[in-house]
Amino acid sequence: MTENSEYLISLEGIYKAFPGVQALENVNFNLKAGEIHGLVGENGAGKSTLIKVITGVERADAGTLSLRGEIIQVRSPQHAQELGISTVYQEINLCPNLTVAENVLIGREPMKLGRIDWQTMNAEAVRILKRLDIEIDVTRPLGEYSVALQQMVAIARSLEITAAEVLILDEPTSSLDSQETENLFQVMRKLKSEGLGIIFISHFIDQVYEITDRITVLRNAKLVGTYNTQYLPHMELIVKMIGRTIGEFDDMSQIKLTSGKRIQEEPLLQAYNLGHTGSIEPFNLELHAGEVLGIAGLLGSGRTETAYLIFGIEKPDQGTLIMDGKEIKHFSPSDSIARGIAFCPEDRKAEGIVDDLTVRENIILAVQANRGWLKNLSRSQQHELADKFIKMLNISTPSADQPVKNLSGGNQQKVILARWLATNPRILILDEPTRGIDVGTKAEIQKLVLELAEEGKACIFISSELEEVLRTSHRIAVLRDKKKIREFSGEVDEQTIMQSIAGSGS
Amino acid sequence: MKKFWTSIDWRSYWRKITESRLFFPILALALILLFDLIFVPGFFKIETREGNLYGSLINIVRNGSTVALLAIGMTFVIATGGVDLSVGAVMAIAASVAAIMMNPVIIGVELPPDLMKFIYDPNFTFAPLWQVIIVTLIVSAICGLWNGTLVAYGRIQPMVATLILMYAGRGIAQLITNAVRIQIFYEPYAKIGNGWLILPYSVYIVGFVYLIAWLITRKTAIGLFIESVGINFRSSFFSGIDERKIKLFAYTFCGLCAGVAGIIASSNIRTSDANNIGLTLELDAILAVVIGGTLMEGGRFSLLASIVGGWVIQATSTSMYAIGVPANAVMAIKGVVVIFVILLYSEQVGSLLRRFTRQKEA
Repeated sequence: MTENSEYLISLEGIYKAFPGVQALENVNFNLKAGEIHGLVGENGAGKSTLIKVITGVERADAGTLSLRGEIIQVRSPQHAQELGISTVYQEINLCPNLTVAENVLIGREPMKLGRIDWQTMNAEAVRILKRLDIEIDVTRPLGEYSVALQQMVAIARSLEITAAEVLILDEPTSSLDSQETENLFQVMRKLKSEGLGIIFISHFIDQVYEITDRITVLRNAKLVGTYNTQYLPHMELIVKMIGRTIGEFDDMSQIKLTSGKRIQEEPLLQAYNLGHTGSIEPFNLELHAGEVLGIAGLLGSGRTETAYLIFGIEKPDQGTLIMDGKEIKHFSPSDSIARGIAFCPEDRKAEGIVDDLTVRENIILAVQANRGWLKNLSRSQQHELADKFIKMLNISTPSADQPVKNLSGGNQQKVILARWLATNPRILILDEPTRGIDVGTKAEIQKLVLELAEEGKACIFISSELEEVLRTSHRIAVLRDKKKIREFSGEVDEQTIMQSIAGSGS
Repeated sequence: MKKFWTSIDWRSYWRKITESRLFFPILALALILLFDLIFVPGFFKIETREGNLYGSLINIVRNGSTVALLAIGMTFVIATGGVDLSVGAVMAIAASVAAIMMNPVIIGVELPPDLMKFIYDPNFTFAPLWQVIIVTLIVSAICGLWNGTLVAYGRIQPMVATLILMYAGRGIAQLITNAVRIQIFYEPYAKIGNGWLILPYSVYIVGFVYLIAWLITRKTAIGLFIESVGINFRSSFFSGIDERKIKLFAYTFCGLCAGVAGIIASSNIRTSDANNIGLTLELDAILAVVIGGTLMEGGRFSLLASIVGGWVIQATSTSMYAIGVPANAVMAIKGVVVIFVILLYSEQVGSLLRRFTRQKEA
């Protein structure tokens, strides 16, 4: 490094517009060597766009980018990598059907006599992963390992491609549990001590505080400021991010209390010994109108599988499910929708949005599917429905006819929520509805769930964030190792549930 | 006061035009016609005979009508993320069914002796025309249904599933006619492909089928479901769409379109030629859809753009014949045109074009 550059990367006066949206407006950002720099902001604040400018995915409309004091043009993601800027995106871009070693060394396979030298390749992969303290069988397909491990592999891979000096991690912890997150942080600290500059994008405020040295806050495409982490109080950061004070969390407990009084005596949905071999062991469950049932448990504990059974994505091979006192015979999403059940899936991209369709089409999709192909909603009915929910859920989009893929993650999530609310369901199953979503929207969604319960709907709220489950649920079911372990109702503290999840209580 | 033409927002117009699905196919068609304007004298000349229009342009839409019909059905299939390789063979089956219904003597059906002398009469048909058409279309739809069942319920890859009928279809067509090429003497049937009412009949038939397809996408939710399934079938399934029924519909409709195309083709050449009717037309149809901007992996589609795509292919052949390129070389030239159009759609060229428009704005 030369003396004239205090910063590894420095961006000045960056502007970027997309059709209908100003994504960045006069944004400055810099990164020092050997620091972890948090980049935070609500959905659509411009974080992803800023990263795309740095990594050459998008070109800024105006402004300069300098690397070690020298103004440069990043022409493409590949060029960025050559310059030493490596990125691991939110959605892991690896091939789950290839082996770990192939994934790590894809495109740079060691060759011998014109053929891939598998021995060297596997040994090389082991060595590379060792840098991050990972020891796994590199000859197994990547898809067999947990998301956390896949993420580590992605990081290892991106570090090895070039001698990376800058590492960008976009929401790396959104699908990791606390132990896995801690492992990742150890790796990050190690890399930092090696002199790497790391940009860390996260919605988890606590994690940002735990790991970063400085924090840059974006709001509505503009820079709010860059701060030293240790001098910035939590509350102040959140106010900077969302630009309003948060009273919302406070009135939530009030709503919960009043809605809790209206829970119906008669169960709406009952499951007896409902199960599916290999995905979830038989469980009993009751759901009443007007209540929020939380489901807590670690990743892979059977949370999603439970929802799949109730919504009919997987057909149960044992037990019975009863709704309105009648046993359910036909299990399929369309049958469930006709019965008044809605399901917001966890994997927004693969199971939720239809990305090339417009916001309007995405919102009306389930309603239309339920009406059948003959009873077509007219254009004006579609617009009416879409506009109603865009307004109600505060979806920020230039118009209802924007392809949904142009929206930020949080707004996409709201579109899917709108799709289900539009069917006017009696039972709403939400699987990780706030994953990868900013604090403000999170509070909005949690509040919405309680309000829906107050209106008399029954909700199943699945989340890996215990705090959130506690805040919204009247009753909590705990799953562990594909089995329902316990059920809590009334006031419980985090500690008790945590013990039950971890299995240390027994 | 501002001049009128500066007050118009040309930039947003330009953007709207270039972003339209019809832009590239029409651009390609325009370039071919421009070529004809320069190199083929009299290409644009349109004659009137007995109130009907004749000329190279009319020939393009007339000869292109079979591809256009196939392209309509193929658009639905490709939009669901599939492909139908059997449409050419289904055309042959349709031609055979129609031919034996009009003249079953060839395959050994005994007619009353007083009818036998009429079989070469232009006014003779065994079954009335409306029955011929309806039965032919039903058989074609069944072919499509078969493909759809294999793809949707048998979970066989579309290319493999339709390949079966592509091979077997011509055999079935031969079986139907006892491996005889049946000549069609019945004049009303021959009129379908050869008749004129200002424009050729076949142009109206394409228009009619397009109208039906358009109404299906507009007045029912099938268009939305097809696109949704093509873009993300899992999300569609989670939203309650029965992806299998949608695919079944797409293939059945595609078979129906192939049947109409088969009737036109056999009427055109007045014979049921099971070996040659619709030969390699499935590839032309796929190409037409691709030129029309529908992605092979499925999703957003435009019926009209596919039809224009069909015209682009026909216009290329017609122009090449007009300047005296031998038939064998025309295939190669078609390839060049296809490369050109596909390049227009590519990401790289798209971004170049955008940069070009941006510079114009600055």
